[in-house]
Amino acid sequence: MEWLQQIINGISLGSIYALIALGYTMVYGIIKLINFAHGEVFMIGAFTGFVAIVHFELSFVPALIIAMFTCSVVGVLIERIAYKRLRESTRIAALITAIGMSLFIQYLFIYFRGAEPEAYPQDVLPERTLDIFGVKVSMQALLILFISIVLMILLQFIVQKTKIGRAMRAVSYDKDAARLMGINVDNTISATFAIGSALAGAAGVIFGIYYTKIDPLMGLIPGLKAFVAAVLGGIGIIPGAMVGGFILGIVETLVSAAGFSLFRDAAAFIILILILLFRPAGIFGKNTKEKV
Amino acid sequence: MNKTLLKLFFAMILALGVLAACSGGGSSKTDSSNGESTSDEASSGDSGGEGGEFHIGANLELSGAVATYGSSIAEGIDLAVEEINAAGGINGMQIKVTKFDNKSDAAEATNGIIKLVNQDKVNAIIGAATSGNTNAQVEIANDTQTILLTPSGTAPNVTVNDDGSLNEYVFRTSYIDPFQGTIAANFALEELGVKTAAIYADNASDYAKGLAAAFKETFEAGGGEIVAEEAYVAKDTDFRSTLTRIKSANPEFVFIPGYYEEVGLIVKQARDIGIDVPLMGADGWDSPTLVELAGPEALNNTFITNHYSSDDPDETIQNFVTKFGEKYDGKKPNAFHALGYDSVYLLKDAIERAGSTDPEAIKEALEATENISLVSGNVTIDENHNPVKSATILEYVDGEQVFKTKIEP
Repeated sequence: MEWLQQIINGISLGSIYALIALGYTMVYGIIKLINFAHGEVFMIGAFTGFVAIVHFELSFVPALIIAMFTCSVVGVLIERIAYKRLRESTRIAALITAIGMSLFIQYLFIYFRGAEPEAYPQDVLPERTLDIFGVKVSMQALLILFISIVLMILLQFIVQKTKIGRAMRAVSYDKDAARLMGINVDNTISATFAIGSALAGAAGVIFGIYYTKIDPLMGLIPGLKAFVAAVLGGIGIIPGAMVGGFILGIVETLVSAAGFSLFRDAAAFIILILILLFRPAGIFGKNTKEKV
Repeated sequence: MNKTLLKLFFAMILALGVLAACSGGGSSKTDSSNGESTSDEASSGDSGGEGGEFHIGANLELSGAVATYGSSIAEGIDLAVEEINAAGGINGMQIKVTKFDNKSDAAEATNGIIKLVNQDKVNAIIGAATSGNTNAQVEIANDTQTILLTPSGTAPNVTVNDDGSLNEYVFRTSYIDPFQGTIAANFALEELGVKTAAIYADNASDYAKGLAAAFKETFEAGGGEIVAEEAYVAKDTDFRSTLTRIKSANPEFVFIPGYYEEVGLIVKQARDIGIDVPLMGADGWDSPTLVELAGPEALNNTFITNHYSSDDPDETIQNFVTKFGEKYDGKKPNAFHALGYDSVYLLKDAIERAGSTDPEAIKEALEATENISLVSGNVTIDENHNPVKSATILEYVDGEQVFKTKIEP
């Protein structure tokens, strides 16, 4: 039963990675930029949810929506202020700007509110533990899994079935051709940032409820792990990010379960290195040759 | 390595200190009774007899990151000094205190001891609250033969260097970190009557490792068995998988030395996955944030060791609590208040036995301290300048710390 319990631990960890990884993957898919500030958007989401729940005494769902909305605004602002003017410059310039943006947001937050952690209240979601064949499954974990899956399906629907989704896919395929066909590329990119950031915001609130503790530097490690998850699944591919997130969560849990808890983070990054060495396109990626 | 760094630092600070002294306008200009006669650095000569003054420098964290520690200690010191002076002082000498705010910063702490020794010509120094800021003063205390007494610096290397040599003029009022591991093991074996335990320690902090090692040694020596030994990394948030592992080893007791930020999450997640046995930690748990993170319910059936509890029915302690409340509008004294207060009395006792203010004589008297009754327990100073005394066990009941028992070493 211990192993079943561990798999369940892994899935709940993985669903949070998956939610963050989706934002990474969407942005990368469209403008080939690894948005390192994504982890900070996740952090802002966690704090917005905290303020909504504690200071405005809202319940879970409105707090989640407010956090998602705030994060999409923040995401669009980051894109408009920092990335837009670099769209035609080298990719390394944009990447360095993204890292700068990430550090800027972290320390801006620390400057204004200090680095001390904050604790989510315990009664946001019903805290019950189900006992299934000796395996303890908390209601929170189930609810989180459920919300993650709903959000992912919604996202897949937006990208595949709606007009803005079609525009996104067109821009990601060929920006100039899309512009010639009358697609507003700037708005499409902003919409991508808005949606990706909203998912990060949702992940922030969920993380806060599940793990209680939030602080200004909380986005760093989950952000990097989500990046690994996105690469693992095949960066730019939405189902890949989900699967990558779950696999990463389960692998990390199993590493701890085997008694190597101190190597858990190392295991995540070893996966990154192996994937980049042997299958850079990721699990779901097609091995396309780069056109010269 | 550390020593050479310290020396470099010292040299830099000396230069800075001179500048600061010129422009500074120090917090309190002292009108020292002996004027500016000789250039003796340690003012041992003047106030030996009746009616003099014993000058204590308090080098404390009055602002900055751990300001609550330093200001609590300062309040404890003020109360003790007021009492002693009202009762006629030490051997007829009135105590005078000069405070220096080291801003919770090691470099400032070094600055502070230089100012207190050279400018204010204090007879002894109490401070600092943290081990790091005390270590920043050790070198100078030894060089200038000034008694340095830290109320709450608990790292073993404050009094004994890493190479095993003793810092001759450095003492402390609190017990050292690993001692809490010993106490926890005794408590688990004797009071809770458990036979098997698991240890889940912060892998990165010396504090947690010291406690874990001491716990293991005492627990095994007492006939107990350690069934699982796991570690976590600070800043982690997901402990469920390791906790599941601990759970399947079926311990009757889990010892979790660490700091409240992670411990809060560990306690919550341990209860989530069904670890219902008693959990125990040390003073690193002692923060209101712990209760917020873990939730009052998950914290039931958990214990911590601490220096003192204001709920302890002991007469000395209740006297102290009453007197403290009278001076500070009903405020309840915490462990730092008690340790600051005790530090003054520890010094007083040594000076009375030494019969002089000569630092050498006070040092020898401090070393010979035996079984004096203080608020934080009956103190005997051992050969490493560490007090041997009882520790208090507190239990969390619905989010409140409740006095459980006192364990003698």
